[in-house]
Amino acid sequence: MNLANPAETANRVQEKPRDPGKAAKYTLIGLGVAFILIMLVLPLITVCVYALKQGWDVFSQAITDPYAIKALRLTLLATVVAVVCNTFFGLFASWAISKFHFRGKQFLTTLIDIPFAISPIIAGLVFILVFGRIGWAYDFLQTYDIKVVFAVPGIILATIFVTFPFVARELIPLMQAQGNDEEEAAALMGAKWWTIYRKVTLPHIKWGLLYGVILCTARALGEFGAVSVVSGHLRGKTNTLPLHIEILFNEFQLTAAFAVSSILVVTAIIILILRNIVEFKGRKEEGEHVR
Amino acid sequence: MMGFTWAQMNAWRKKTVLGLTLLVAAAPLAACGSNAANNGNTAEAQGASGETSAPAAVEITNVSYDPTRELYDAYNKLFQAHWKEKSGQDVGIIQSHGGSGKQARSVLEGNEADVVTLALEQDVAELEKGGLIEPGWVGEFDKQSSPYTSTIVFLVRKGNPKGIKDWDDIVKNGVEIITPNPKTSGGARWNFLAAWAYAQAHDGADEAKSTEFIKSLYNNVTVLDTGARGATTTFVENNQGDVLLAWENEAFLSIKEHPDDYEIVTPSISILAQPSVAVVDEIAKKRGTEKVSTEYLQYLYSDEAQKLAGENYYRPSNPDILAQFSDTFNLDLKLVTIDDDFGGWEAATEKFFADGAIFDQIYRK
Repeated sequence: MNLANPAETANRVQEKPRDPGKAAKYTLIGLGVAFILIMLVLPLITVCVYALKQGWDVFSQAITDPYAIKALRLTLLATVVAVVCNTFFGLFASWAISKFHFRGKQFLTTLIDIPFAISPIIAGLVFILVFGRIGWAYDFLQTYDIKVVFAVPGIILATIFVTFPFVARELIPLMQAQGNDEEEAAALMGAKWWTIYRKVTLPHIKWGLLYGVILCTARALGEFGAVSVVSGHLRGKTNTLPLHIEILFNEFQLTAAFAVSSILVVTAIIILILRNIVEFKGRKEEGEHVR
Repeated sequence: MMGFTWAQMNAWRKKTVLGLTLLVAAAPLAACGSNAANNGNTAEAQGASGETSAPAAVEITNVSYDPTRELYDAYNKLFQAHWKEKSGQDVGIIQSHGGSGKQARSVLEGNEADVVTLALEQDVAELEKGGLIEPGWVGEFDKQSSPYTSTIVFLVRKGNPKGIKDWDDIVKNGVEIITPNPKTSGGARWNFLAAWAYAQAHDGADEAKSTEFIKSLYNNVTVLDTGARGATTTFVENNQGDVLLAWENEAFLSIKEHPDDYEIVTPSISILAQPSVAVVDEIAKKRGTEKVSTEYLQYLYSDEAQKLAGENYYRPSNPDILAQFSDTFNLDLKLVTIDDDFGGWEAATEKFFADGAIFDQIYRK
């Protein structure tokens, strides 16, 4: 493992900030707390308050509405497919990129980042321009009676696209930092690649992997932009939960909109808690490892 | 030596890994493909059986514009009962709502609608141009395929604090107007044309003066949403602006939701807004839903449906039923029409809304 560069350490000591004074300290803390309150806590409270504004009956009616349930199902389906695909892809891609040398590696790394850089609406439009009625693949798809955009496959594709980098991006730096030493040792001892992967590589990255999967799930559940473009807003068919919330909001059904939003908010909170547990456990295990 | 072994292993493993990576990347595509194929097949099976014997259920998709949500919610139930009685078949109706132009665009791009019920003849004409609807659709149903009409009115805050009575009041300094963008919204085009009609009537049909009037109107616009419903939400829920140029039905709906907060002001001149309905021939033929789709639109002209339109604050096209709603609608309002006063949509679009036309000219400055 690489040792810290002494020059760098010296620099860091010099950079250590001077005591900013009590007033500045408390102003900064106050600003931070105010920011968190206004930007994070207040919206959450608003959602919950609005959701229950007209009582429990309206709330439960909104979340048991057949369209809401269908939307939830579609969102879950898209999320599960996207997470599974992106997990497999992320595992293989990070393995390929961090443990092997091949031509075009840099290019592949860049490709993986595209969904991060591109606006979701462009992602959606690209699918429409390819698979839509005026897209170049339309005639081909028609002969086999396959419908991609304005149907469930389009929604799944769009979700996969926007959540594509999450797992891979989480794993690549981790695996690069770990290096190849242990794998090489295992290979020398005659282990097959699958054994190496299972017994050496995977245990090292399992927390990072879980973390990536959780982030990917969170993003997939809430995806709005790209899905909105390819959905066509067919109720009960291609409406995901975020789209359903927009519809309810536009129908003046504020309470229902916030009630359904609260499902997403609660899942988000659960996911955040899971994330923290994973992060904590991962760090703990890592610490033990170093010791 | 160690490095050598690893490198050797690299050489024959990396191909496997690369292959696997590509395979996994391609897997979802393949999965979706087969998934879609299945969906397609079931749809086809339904369609095919629809032609031979009467299947128990049929499904149609109605792609509509923003403010018709409540109307079609109610009408679909009415039609389901009617169709069940007529043919013994259950019909499922899938609704989609959004800005009229945006909705037409999505149908053009492959959103498979059996029928479209849009805000503008023009948006349906786009589908005709795209080859989805056969020419002559305007005459397919009564009253130029407009089963219900509406008009443009002002929605103001309770007590009318800015004293808005007519079009010349909203162009005054300090009045904030909310209206959607005529480039994307059907309702907004009717707004624009209604204002133009007023200006023409008051300026002795002087184009330059009318353009000036419209320009001062759009100078007062503070939020230009993409669709009529978005504009209503901006005005009603987000409390922006002093006056909303709104569909009459949309204005009534806002009053129904918030009876203490708003009132409707009817200007001296407005426009007869004629939303268009049409069967999307290509899709209906492909799915074998022509009969039910045609009946779906035809039944909009029945007395029951016309009443339903009136109850949802659309002006019924049947004059007898319209008269029954004289308490609701201001029937004395002078209404200009697109055909008589603007020479049809094509001419109006070219003059006002095409790229570089009057709207672009006034909005750029």
